[in-house]
Amino acid sequence: MLTFTLRRLMFAIPTLLFISLLIFLLVDLAPGSPMSQIPLTVPPDVRLKIMEAMGVNEPVFVRYFLWLKQFFVVEPLVLWDHWFGTSYSDGMQRIVSWQSRSPVMDIIVERMPQTLTVIGTSYVLGVMIALPIGIYSAYRQYSWFDQIGTFIAMIGFSVPTFFTGLVLILVFAVNLQWFPSIYDTSLRVTDWDSFLAQARQMAMPVMVLALFNAAQISRYMRSSMLENLGADYVRTARAKGLSERIVVLKHVVRNSMIPVVTVIALGIPSIFGGAIITEQVFRVNGLGALLIGAIQGSDLPTVQTLTFIFAVLIVLFNLIADILYGMLDPRIRYD
Amino acid sequence: MTDTAPLAKPRSQWADVWVQFKTHKGALVGLFVFVSLVLFVSVGPLIWAKDPTFINPDGATMIRTRNKPPSLEWPLGTDQLGRDMLARMMKGGQVSIAVGLTAMVISITLGTFVGVIAGYFKRLDNVLMRVTDLFLALPLLPLLLVMAMLFRDPLSKAFGTEGGTFLLIVVAIGLTSWMQAARVVRGEVLALKEREFVLAARSIGTPSRRMILRHILPNVMSPIMVAATLGIANAIITESALSFLGLGFPPDFPTWGRLLFDGAEYIQQFPERVIWPGVAISLTVLSVNYIGDGLRDALDPRIRGR
Amino acid sequence: MKMKTALLGAACAFAFAPAAFAERGADGNVKVLYSQAVSIMNAYLSSGTKDVEVGSIVLEPLAGFDEVGTMFPRLVTELPSLENGGIAEDLTSVTWKITPGLLWSDGTAFTADDVVFTAAYCMDPAGGCAQLAKYEGVQSVEAIDPLTVKVTFTGPKPNPLVAFVGAESPILQKAQFANCTGAAAPTCTEANFNPIGTGPFMVTDFKVNDSVEFVANPNYRDPAKPNFATLSVKGGGDAASAARAVMETGEFDYAWNTQINPELQAAMAAGGKGQFVTGFGTLVERIEMNMTDPSPDLPEGERSTAMHPHPILSDVNVRKALSMAIDRSLLVEVGYGASGRPTCNLVPAPAIYASPNTDCIAQDMDGAKALLDAAGWVVGADGVREKDGKRFKLLYQTSVNPVRQDFQALIKGWWNELGVEVELKTIDSGIFFGGDPGSPDTFQKFYADVEMYANNFPGTDPEPYIVAYTCDKAPKPESQWQGENINRFCDPVFDELAAKLITTKGEAERAAIVIRMNEMLTKDTYTIVPLVDRGRLSAHSNTLGGVVLNVWDSEMHNVQDWFRIK
Repeated sequence: MLTFTLRRLMFAIPTLLFISLLIFLLVDLAPGSPMSQIPLTVPPDVRLKIMEAMGVNEPVFVRYFLWLKQFFVVEPLVLWDHWFGTSYSDGMQRIVSWQSRSPVMDIIVERMPQTLTVIGTSYVLGVMIALPIGIYSAYRQYSWFDQIGTFIAMIGFSVPTFFTGLVLILVFAVNLQWFPSIYDTSLRVTDWDSFLAQARQMAMPVMVLALFNAAQISRYMRSSMLENLGADYVRTARAKGLSERIVVLKHVVRNSMIPVVTVIALGIPSIFGGAIITEQVFRVNGLGALLIGAIQGSDLPTVQTLTFIFAVLIVLFNLIADILYGMLDPRIRYD
Repeated sequence: MTDTAPLAKPRSQWADVWVQFKTHKGALVGLFVFVSLVLFVSVGPLIWAKDPTFINPDGATMIRTRNKPPSLEWPLGTDQLGRDMLARMMKGGQVSIAVGLTAMVISITLGTFVGVIAGYFKRLDNVLMRVTDLFLALPLLPLLLVMAMLFRDPLSKAFGTEGGTFLLIVVAIGLTSWMQAARVVRGEVLALKEREFVLAARSIGTPSRRMILRHILPNVMSPIMVAATLGIANAIITESALSFLGLGFPPDFPTWGRLLFDGAEYIQQFPERVIWPGVAISLTVLSVNYIGDGLRDALDPRIRGR
Repeated sequence: MKMKTALLGAACAFAFAPAAFAERGADGNVKVLYSQAVSIMNAYLSSGTKDVEVGSIVLEPLAGFDEVGTMFPRLVTELPSLENGGIAEDLTSVTWKITPGLLWSDGTAFTADDVVFTAAYCMDPAGGCAQLAKYEGVQSVEAIDPLTVKVTFTGPKPNPLVAFVGAESPILQKAQFANCTGAAAPTCTEANFNPIGTGPFMVTDFKVNDSVEFVANPNYRDPAKPNFATLSVKGGGDAASAARAVMETGEFDYAWNTQINPELQAAMAAGGKGQFVTGFGTLVERIEMNMTDPSPDLPEGERSTAMHPHPILSDVNVRKALSMAIDRSLLVEVGYGASGRPTCNLVPAPAIYASPNTDCIAQDMDGAKALLDAAGWVVGADGVREKDGKRFKLLYQTSVNPVRQDFQALIKGWWNELGVEVELKTIDSGIFFGGDPGSPDTFQKFYADVEMYANNFPGTDPEPYIVAYTCDKAPKPESQWQGENINRFCDPVFDELAAKLITTKGEAERAAIVIRMNEMLTKDTYTIVPLVDRGRLSAHSNTLGGVVLNVWDSEMHNVQDWFRIK
């Protein structure tokens, strides 16, 4: 297992480098340019000068290697300096956004809390709802509970989140005015009142996303449970005279969790990626909104850095999922 | 399910599947709804022969006929330019369902292929899974932008504007959504490979090709079905997002996703304009999901007959 | 100004009285919503309207424009003019007199050095200054004494009050930005996000592309202003949700640029929590006719260039017929409501520069058909006109935007009626306006027969805007497809007029030339087919007083006068 993990980690480095190059070329090749952010009233020669000052006109490989250096040398140094009060990074050029002319990493750090609280909460909530529903649905297949659970889960991923989001805003924010329609990022939770305000502004996006996540995960859980319920070892366990409770909760659930854990682990990077549509609909100014804004404005350094961080997370969690798979299911051997 | 049974009795498998499928009420209702929707969008326009893009060129008439609530003349009302919503829903449905199905087929075929190969051949596993990681890690939007830029013109020239765009969109969605299916299928294959019947088949020297087609594939059908149903939903939603970004079909060419986005602006005064396409999308996806659910149960030999 | 305030106060004493005698910060917090989020506070590094406007809350120019486009002094004692000697007789220099006793928000004195530094900051060749056009023709800026600045031009400048005028050209503090010139400009994140200014508020917290928090500037020149103690600007979202937050839910006091469909305007106005304000500037939604051939069969580099005239649109009568078939009033009713009006002019304002031409307003479908018949385009078997074996088929492109897509559908309908086959195309605005010479879909490249977008000019002087239609300004491969003459319009008479305008002084003479040039482009040749004069539509809550919508300068130009109606 250890050698497998190490080998995969070794393999991850060239993969990630290759991904970073591919993303860079892709973003660079994509039509669209930061110039679209400059109003038409600015004359063409001034536009060209602005672009030149940003470094847009450097050859693509020069920019790529500069970015590599900034990402792997300068930014870690800045972090080091920040933690230990040293000053190794003084005078070094950090990765700077073309839109706001400020370090991309600072913006990411600024956006992280919103995304983690809203999307993270909804994910945890979704998993917590999904597992019991999935287990019970499978155990009582075709019962009333299963039918209703299935129906709700189906609704959960059949109705697009932008549709449910719009309807929720119309009902709860505009007509009933229970929740604010715009997420206030400056809100600090200091006392009971501000906690309630935070809960209120999180309610709608968390509701939509939790339903969506719960729907997907409960289907996987149910599906996996059904596979196992019919397996021979369950019959054996029952034949041994084990109580139904132990058969289901100890034997079946444990085995059924294997693919589900993988699915849950694979979903974690998307927490950081932010649910772009939901963030957009509910005005949660998180990482997803940052990425969309940067893509629309062709802010190459931001898009590149952000997508690369997502790529690292995806590769990392795929690895974690594989290791979990191997640990939970001894039948799968990696070496 | 034993190897010795020849294919001489074609009745057995698919009839069995159908018998099992019929017991799943949700799946039956789903099938009925889906077939009705397909009929609605394919046969509907022959009965309700209004032009979905017709705008009255006479300004005064157009103003009078726009934003109409449902009535006998316009069963679903008219939009902000006086176009008949029923005709638009039919036309939009044709495109959305066609895109959803085609893109799903592409993505599932690709995903299953990669998943089975990666799971079965240990040597290719690492490489293929890194490729999967790569695709998962690629930013979707710039990728689509690049594809649209590179291929839109040549495809339009070869297949006409609409045909070219259709091809571009289904291929784009297919190419960017196979990874989940591949991962799930690979996981299943890895587990299957350790099962006794596979070991047994291998011990009698079954070649890899037959191994995959006869033993592995039929046994991974159920996750593939689940992935396929999710795939249709994903394809329809992606298509609507693309139309919204201007990467999709031409603007006067309605699709359900586009109608929903166009209606979103009017949700407060004319909520029905969001509800029609929203419900149509949801119903399609819902019915497909139920069909998938029924198929999953019906195809799984271990559940069959339970 | 004082007299006017007094009169107004007398007229509605009840409402205005608390404002007139309020003390600084008495009205608490005011919340403003910008549907595009603010990226930076320094207008010299971003020309985005939202950045310039929110930046103007802190950073001020020497002079600004009021709501009718008249210039007024902000940081100077009076406007330079020929009469008071502020503008030299030969129009080669301007002298500004700074108001004595002005302080920056950090308490240091505002001096002529800061103005000199600002000019040097923007004119630094390595800085990539977004407002360089404001300093066009400036030879030197020098401090005569701590309160006098002299701007010298390279030659006579008929319109010399451009630099340091308007929100796009504010004064930076030399002490704060001294190390931020040239290539170092973007590295001064702290200064760019939290500039020290002379305006009514100063920044306390800046979140990129999200929100900005302000507190009243303790050193603001009017001790009674601003009325609010704190100001929050939240960014992001779309126009409809911004309008809703003010008009229906009351979460915000002011929403910027809430361009929404007319039905929604009416519904929201009935919400009772706020009201819309509109103002008309120079923004015109128009159709541009391609005078050159965009056919994909031509080799790359010759497509859409002056080498090949357009096979259909080169005929003025064809262009005229296309324009006549359009019902502009209907477009306004469908797309803009109160915030738009039909126009036939490229330069719709200021009033003195606007042509009285209204010929195009009335739709004339029969006249258009007759015109095409006369031009030799006869209706073929399938209802599409043909001439010499050529089909009348147009590719009509624009950027992605719900109103533009409605316009496309309507205009396509009218042109179909005329016997013209129309193919529509929409392009993501990041690409359409991106100007990337490698992309076939930019509006400059114009690989289509007609295209639609909106454009305007900053300030009140249309000169740079209208002279951009000379032959040499056409986008072409040699210029990396840059250039403002999108139509590739080329007329020696027009070029002569342009040369004459640049050297003419006297407003009336200049206006006459601008009107002539405008008519040459629109009603004489139908090269540009103006559709809608688009106004600015913003919303404020019923409890926010003192709002004056200004389309000639920043909408935040009088934020110090805003007050809470109790």
